[in-house]
Amino acid sequence: MTTRIVELRRGILKKNDELAAGLRARYAEAGALVLNLVSSPGTGKTAFLERTLRELKQAGARAAALVGDLETDNDARRLAASGAPVRQINTHGICHLDAEMISKHLDGWEGVELNQLDYLFIENVGNLVCPSSYDLGEKIRVALLSVTEGEDKPLKYPTLFNSADAAVITKIDIAEPCGFDRDLALKNIHEIRPGIKIFETSSKTGAGMAEWLGYLGEVRAGAIES
Amino acid sequence: MHELSLAASIVEAVTEASANYPGSTVKEVRLRLGALSDVIEDSLRFCWDLTVEGTPLAGAALVVTKIPVIVHCAHCNDDVELESVQSFRCPRCGELAADLRQGKELEIESIEIDDHCVEQSSEE
Repeated sequence: MTTRIVELRRGILKKNDELAAGLRARYAEAGALVLNLVSSPGTGKTAFLERTLRELKQAGARAAALVGDLETDNDARRLAASGAPVRQINTHGICHLDAEMISKHLDGWEGVELNQLDYLFIENVGNLVCPSSYDLGEKIRVALLSVTEGEDKPLKYPTLFNSADAAVITKIDIAEPCGFDRDLALKNIHEIRPGIKIFETSSKTGAGMAEWLGYLGEVRAGAIES
Repeated sequence: MHELSLAASIVEAVTEASANYPGSTVKEVRLRLGALSDVIEDSLRFCWDLTVEGTPLAGAALVVTKIPVIVHCAHCNDDVELESVQSFRCPRCGELAADLRQGKELEIESIEIDDHCVEQSSEE
């Protein structure tokens, strides 16, 4: 009997990473900008996405959404009111979306062709821990934080905030009654992800949406050029 | 929270790799986990024990090497190790440093096996 060390040197999530790389190539080829929206439950991802889809539609852009939840299709029904194609992914207890779930739901999505979309939004399961490890092939990962959550959220969940490409603060219309310390929140986000683009928004009043949509347009134009 | 999924992925990868050595027993599985991998080691060990129970991997030990976060500080023009993931600032000059060079590892480095048989592996 011999004892030996066998080198593997492979990612634990290699399968997901390979699938995500395939998805990334597929999105790029189709010319669709894909964003992965991540936050705690209750931050207002769905409301923010509703407003985004509605305003994109008004601007003549073609957008669709995949929305992840443990159970129910409530969010998909809410989002579908925007007129955009929406498909629900139920994870049945799994705390995050993975590349395989995205791949399965892109296939056979009636009436939706990736190459006819300008934007595809993926609303992840409300969770600030697990989604950070699972690449969905997205171009932009968006971390959302509401004014009701506490300014130290980025410090409590550094992995997720550090992996984000953009941050969105939601519900700024109620910032004052919540005693939200804006400067501290911005400082904490930058402390974890220096230089990140931050949008301060209200899905209710529409504040900050113009800047957000402007950013989407810019990133999409850049993504198509590259 | 996702440690059970990770344990299942590790079992799958190790089973696949050890199939190259028929009749062998896996003694150890060595992992490299970055400080930003968001893996709770105790939770992973708990899930590992549950996942390998009753499989050929039962009894295999998980050995974890923790990998600190290293960022490139543009101001110092050097790679520096962060003291904490609460602040992405160069510990030397205090400037913010966004350029992550190490710390997200979620890797199976190697496995240690007891080989009972003559090697049948195609690997060198």
